[in-house]
Amino acid sequence: MAEKGRGEVVTYIEAITIGLREEMERDERVWLLGEDIGVYGGAFKVTKGFIDKFGEKRVLDTPLSESAIVGVAIGSALNGMIPVAEMQFADFISSGFNQIVNQAAKMHYRYGAPVPMVIRAPTGGGVHGGPFHSQNPEMWFVKTPGLKVVEPSTPYDAYGLIKAAIRDPNPVIYFEHKYLYRRIKEKLPEEEYIVEIGKADVKREGTDITVVTYGSMVHFSLEAADILSKEGVEVEIVDLRTLLPIDKETILKSVRKTGKLCIVHEDTLTAGMGGEIAAIVAEYAFDALDAPIKRVAALDTPVPYAPALEAFFSPDTKKILVALRELAAF
Amino acid sequence: MPNKAKTELTSKKKTESSITSDFVLKVGDGALLYVAGGGAKPASELVLPAKFRLTDDEKIDLLYLMKKTRGTENKIIKLYRQGKIVGGVYTGAGQEATSVGTAYALEKGDYLVPMHRDMGSHIAHGQDLRKIFSQYLGRVTAPTRGKEGNMHMGDFEKNITCMISHLGSNMPVAVGIAYSYILRNEKHTVLTYIGDGGASIGDFHEALNFASVVKAPLVLCIENNQFAYSTPTRQQYNCTQLADRALAYGIPGYVVDGNDVEAVYSVTKALIERAREGEGPALFESISMRMHGHSAHDDAFYVPKSMFEEWARKDPILRYQKKLMEEDILSEEELAKLDQRVETEIEEAAEWALQQPEPPAYEAALGVYADEMPQLWAGYRPNPKLV
Ligand SMILES: Cc1ncc(C[n+]2csc(CCOP(=O)(O)OP(=O)(O)O)c2C)c(N)n1
Ligand SMILES: [Mg+2]
Repeated sequence: MAEKGRGEVVTYIEAITIGLREEMERDERVWLLGEDIGVYGGAFKVTKGFIDKFGEKRVLDTPLSESAIVGVAIGSALNGMIPVAEMQFADFISSGFNQIVNQAAKMHYRYGAPVPMVIRAPTGGGVHGGPFHSQNPEMWFVKTPGLKVVEPSTPYDAYGLIKAAIRDPNPVIYFEHKYLYRRIKEKLPEEEYIVEIGKADVKREGTDITVVTYGSMVHFSLEAADILSKEGVEVEIVDLRTLLPIDKETILKSVRKTGKLCIVHEDTLTAGMGGEIAAIVAEYAFDALDAPIKRVAALDTPVPYAPALEAFFSPDTKKILVALRELAAF
Repeated sequence: MPNKAKTELTSKKKTESSITSDFVLKVGDGALLYVAGGGAKPASELVLPAKFRLTDDEKIDLLYLMKKTRGTENKIIKLYRQGKIVGGVYTGAGQEATSVGTAYALEKGDYLVPMHRDMGSHIAHGQDLRKIFSQYLGRVTAPTRGKEGNMHMGDFEKNITCMISHLGSNMPVAVGIAYSYILRNEKHTVLTYIGDGGASIGDFHEALNFASVVKAPLVLCIENNQFAYSTPTRQQYNCTQLADRALAYGIPGYVVDGNDVEAVYSVTKALIERAREGEGPALFESISMRMHGHSAHDDAFYVPKSMFEEWARKDPILRYQKKLMEEDILSEEELAKLDQRVETEIEEAAEWALQQPEPPAYEAALGVYADEMPQLWAGYRPNPKLV
């Protein structure tokens, strides 16, 4: 089967593969490392065929060793290369946590050494992965100055953001949502492009309520917005795309227009992204608010396995609708 | 309370046992397949090719570098006691043969990934005393411009990383630097260090295993100075020598007298050049002694006095000085000149650094990201992605 490329209808996961491949062709300093990414092509097959094209040195199958994978990536970035490390699941990023927050994030601040690297992390639930294959660990990193954190929700953004992440001179954590991998399709433009890090995107315009969200919850929020539209309520959906640095401008502009805010994320509620966004809006746009801010997020528990439990745990279209209807009625 | 049925069952089983002989498992005649310890079998000889052997001038250079290291750290302690240096001060007194002897084996373009006892490595790898004193004094002329203190003095221009405090964490980074040389087909190597304490942390294992698998051009020096803060080695590990661990990674491991600078140099050089030729990583353990507390505030009450006395007699600098004089490589007169030179250099550099300004306070807010005011750093190398 021929490789897919720009100008074709592709899935979210194919968009990542295309972006990665193009960057490796463009710049020979770009190289990949991770568990089972070479011969096997990655647990999710993002790098399928790469080893044949780029060789086993540039597509390195590593030992099972997250701290070393991240540390090696850092060392290689210091020494003139541009590594893209894959965590097999975002959950395992905790085994490389110290390297990320104490080495990579602080390196440039401490002595001016740039660390141009990307960590790709398949994130999120909805795939019956249980407590250790479903987490959304983005906030462990959003708290850490020196990192950039992105999470695309569409093939267009997935392609544009992986390229931006690779070209960024800072360590970027690229969360790719497993639930979206093969569920979302879209035609990529013919022309090469990047999606600028730090820029949110209005995925749907509306006048009555602002939803700020990211990742898989963009799609659930869009679904809820379509339903409400039939009831005469127009919801604006702001997809953050980048979680650090936060695009305050786009958020505030939308809230100033609608006067109502609901933040939706698949991550757990307490100290989630919602808290930070609520604080930003309360601090800079308090006068524009016509209703209390609402948050729709997962329960403050580990991610449970059984489908009924996970459904209860996780936000979905119905839960978003409940919050939005309350806001509409306020 | 255990239920009755269960109790009966267990006691019944016990009395039934009539086995009297031991069961012997032997490699080769059953299911026992292997006795651990056969990974890499290093030869009992380590050969340093003639072209790398030390000349007389180089020997004097080693003594000079060790004296410069000791003198610099003594001056730093003085400035610390005067309140001119703040925070923590950790020195490597007693371990100069290890820090200098190892780093002396590096060639231009090789990378140094040092730890907190390695002032001598910085100096031997070409770091300027003015920058070193600026670093300790938190001046704008420090390689970290005051963002970092004491031994955390990475210098991007000189291929020296900026160690983070987390012991062991620098080892995977060293492996990544080394692997980049493989990716680019460059014949450079990386030298890094770990303490007898730091060797207990997980990154030690992850780094050595990874390095061995990818054949990274890396040499690890385990600086065994008998203590990790107050913890003696018998509470730190239970193998005979830390170098024994090399076998588990399938790499060569050696133990060297860490107070013999020529021996340290020779071992390091042999392993560095071996790595340069693509033969992969190696480690050695350098046995020495931390001749003071863990840091300037620690009186080391937990170290037996006799131990300090014993190791004072083995002082690597005095020992080497004596050797060079006995071998007629260094005369009384030359020695006096050397000492004078060291002292002048240190005083001049410290004085210079004391005159330098502190960084402007607003710089605290700058430099978190590489695409933001990178020109601040004198040694800034533009990011490859941006050129
Ligand atoms: C991960 C980690 N834990 C604890 C410390 C605090 N600490 C700093 S130095 C030290 C002892 C280090 O001993 P060793 O590795 O033998 O090096 P030495 O200081 O003896 O040269 C400790 C516990 C640290 N820096 N990093
Ligand atoms: Mg020690």
